[in-house]
Amino acid sequence: MFTRFYYELKNQGLPVSMNEWDALLEALEAGLSGSSLTGFYFLCRAVLVKSEAHYDRFDLAFARFFEGVETPEGLPDKIWEWLNKALPAREISEEMRRNHQQLDLDELKRMLEERLKEQQEQHHGGNYWIGTGGTSPFGHSGYHPGGIRIGGQSNNFSAVKVAGMRRFQEFRSDETLGVRQFQVALRKLRQFTSRLEGAKTELDVDATIDKTCQNAGRLELVWERPRENSIKVLLLMDAGGSMISYSRLCNQLFSAVHRSSHFKDLKVYYFHNCIYDWLYHTPECRVNDYTSTSHILNNLSGDYRVIIVGDASMAPSELLRQGGIIDWDLYNDRAGIEWLRDLRHQYEYSVWLNPIPRKYWEWVEGSYTIKKINEVFPMQELTLDGLEQAVSALRSRQRVARAT
Amino acid sequence: MKRPNGTYNGSSGYIVSDELRNSVNIAIALQKPLLIKGEPGTGKTMLAQSIAESLGMELIIWNIKSTTKAQEGLYVYDTVQRLYDSQFGDQDVSDIKRYIKMGKLGEAFLAPSPVVLLIDEIDKADLEFPNDLLWELDQMSFYIPETKETIRTKHRPIVIITSNAEKELPDAFLRRCIFHYIEFPNAEAMEKILAVHHPNLERKLLEQAMDSFYMLRSLHNIQKRPSTSELIDWLQALVIGGISPNRIKKELPFLGVLLKKNEDLDLILQQLAGKSQSRNAMSRYR
Repeated sequence: MFTRFYYELKNQGLPVSMNEWDALLEALEAGLSGSSLTGFYFLCRAVLVKSEAHYDRFDLAFARFFEGVETPEGLPDKIWEWLNKALPAREISEEMRRNHQQLDLDELKRMLEERLKEQQEQHHGGNYWIGTGGTSPFGHSGYHPGGIRIGGQSNNFSAVKVAGMRRFQEFRSDETLGVRQFQVALRKLRQFTSRLEGAKTELDVDATIDKTCQNAGRLELVWERPRENSIKVLLLMDAGGSMISYSRLCNQLFSAVHRSSHFKDLKVYYFHNCIYDWLYHTPECRVNDYTSTSHILNNLSGDYRVIIVGDASMAPSELLRQGGIIDWDLYNDRAGIEWLRDLRHQYEYSVWLNPIPRKYWEWVEGSYTIKKINEVFPMQELTLDGLEQAVSALRSRQRVARAT
Repeated sequence: MKRPNGTYNGSSGYIVSDELRNSVNIAIALQKPLLIKGEPGTGKTMLAQSIAESLGMELIIWNIKSTTKAQEGLYVYDTVQRLYDSQFGDQDVSDIKRYIKMGKLGEAFLAPSPVVLLIDEIDKADLEFPNDLLWELDQMSFYIPETKETIRTKHRPIVIITSNAEKELPDAFLRRCIFHYIEFPNAEAMEKILAVHHPNLERKLLEQAMDSFYMLRSLHNIQKRPSTSELIDWLQALVIGGISPNRIKKELPFLGVLLKKNEDLDLILQQLAGKSQSRNAMSRYR
């Protein structure tokens, strides 16, 4: 009966599988939700959501699906005042439960409106007026099955309210995060040499002892092929003026890449706005301290993983024209886009990380060049989510762009 | 196989939120492992102890390290001992069973009464580790080829797994778990937790210390934010050091107990120094 909720969750991008859905139905059958919406909310979350990064998406889906189950708001202040003076809670017996007839919500709302018109003063402990304690359907700390709670403390939050608070927003993985999280993401960028190739050069001590013992003590050596990470990384970072506002973010990524000691090789170069004939050794991009781009293209093999970090925002001429380079005293024979295409052609495993959030790509000043560069390189935003997607893109060969 | 019965209601030495208690009870009822994540110092490991205490069960802890293999949790066949015995000992080595040693998981399966099994920091191990345990945790049984024996549980243990999110856990593994993320306690919950550890604390001292603590946590440029256990230690230090509550906010004494990174310490000390300097400057001006 909640099947629509399942699809709502899927729509929000939650990876819910049938296994988990089955487990949820089983749990509902066993009465674990405590027949309240709040209980249902926590039950669903515990069974269906497997990462705090997805709590926010779950909250959104839940709030959207169960919208309108909230208690009414916008009551006169005076009533709040009356209700602030509470009677102690009362015991609820089975008999009381039976004596009360259930009112439906519309009926309740209508009655509440009438009562609001009639009531002029405080009432506590009665069964008709709005007040605390008592058994009138309106007010708090009292008892009326299916009444409307006005203010006071419920033992439980309304589930929709809990969901609506979106407390887990900051755990969304598409937020920008710290060095440590970047490092964890980069740790996935590894590819072990398989156990099938290469010479067996490593003594497998455990297997040797095992074999020897099973041989009744006659020594039998077991050799193993070593496994090591074979990933090599080429990091190209934009050090242009427009990147200054993102420097903290880029620094975090940079230190994360540097601390990740598991790469077989790591090379870092800098460029100013766009890549032309030269790649610089320092962020200052001094004209006498560089390696020529063609040298890199010729000497670094195609299995390098290339990560380019830049906002990709520049004047169209900087990207598309000969001599379009921003530095006054330099001239480029080939347009920047040609160099980018060459790089992309040589390095099939490559991505462009853009510190500008994806949702602004169409609206910022450099939207034209962002679009152009995105045609050449797969582009991701520089957030944890984006980096993770970039890393998984770097693990497998990506389609080389159409335009050459 | 019997279901573990009873519901978890928290124990005296451990403050549990309603949400977490619900999750524990859901996991017990559905007979699935409960995966706990959360910031360091939010009491992930303590939870298992509290469950064991509250339900009167034995607690078996399997601490995972980066070198831990799934096999070690099941059983180890001690071939070396057997060889030794066959050559130098006068023991009977034909009975292989004597050289099969149960791991923590095996121990939990064979326990005569229901137990709580804590698999601590599962993310420390190799990426494949959780996948290697899927079958065993699902079926609660495993096969020992050497003795042609199948180990089955008599009583299904309550399995609690903690993770610090150093690695993503495989999806297939996650699908089989109930998940709960322990939020960092807010000031109100924190007071309750502190009351358990320091029952007779001076009100003013507590307030001042908590204010400073949450102030430090709210700073964005701090690399490692202090956690509950550090706050508890800090309070201890403040009490032993006999620091007067008025000095806490101004001077942040014993700051090293709260902040463990040099950069963070420097940053805060600089800010403190900056403040007192400007205060001095102000007074001189007056």
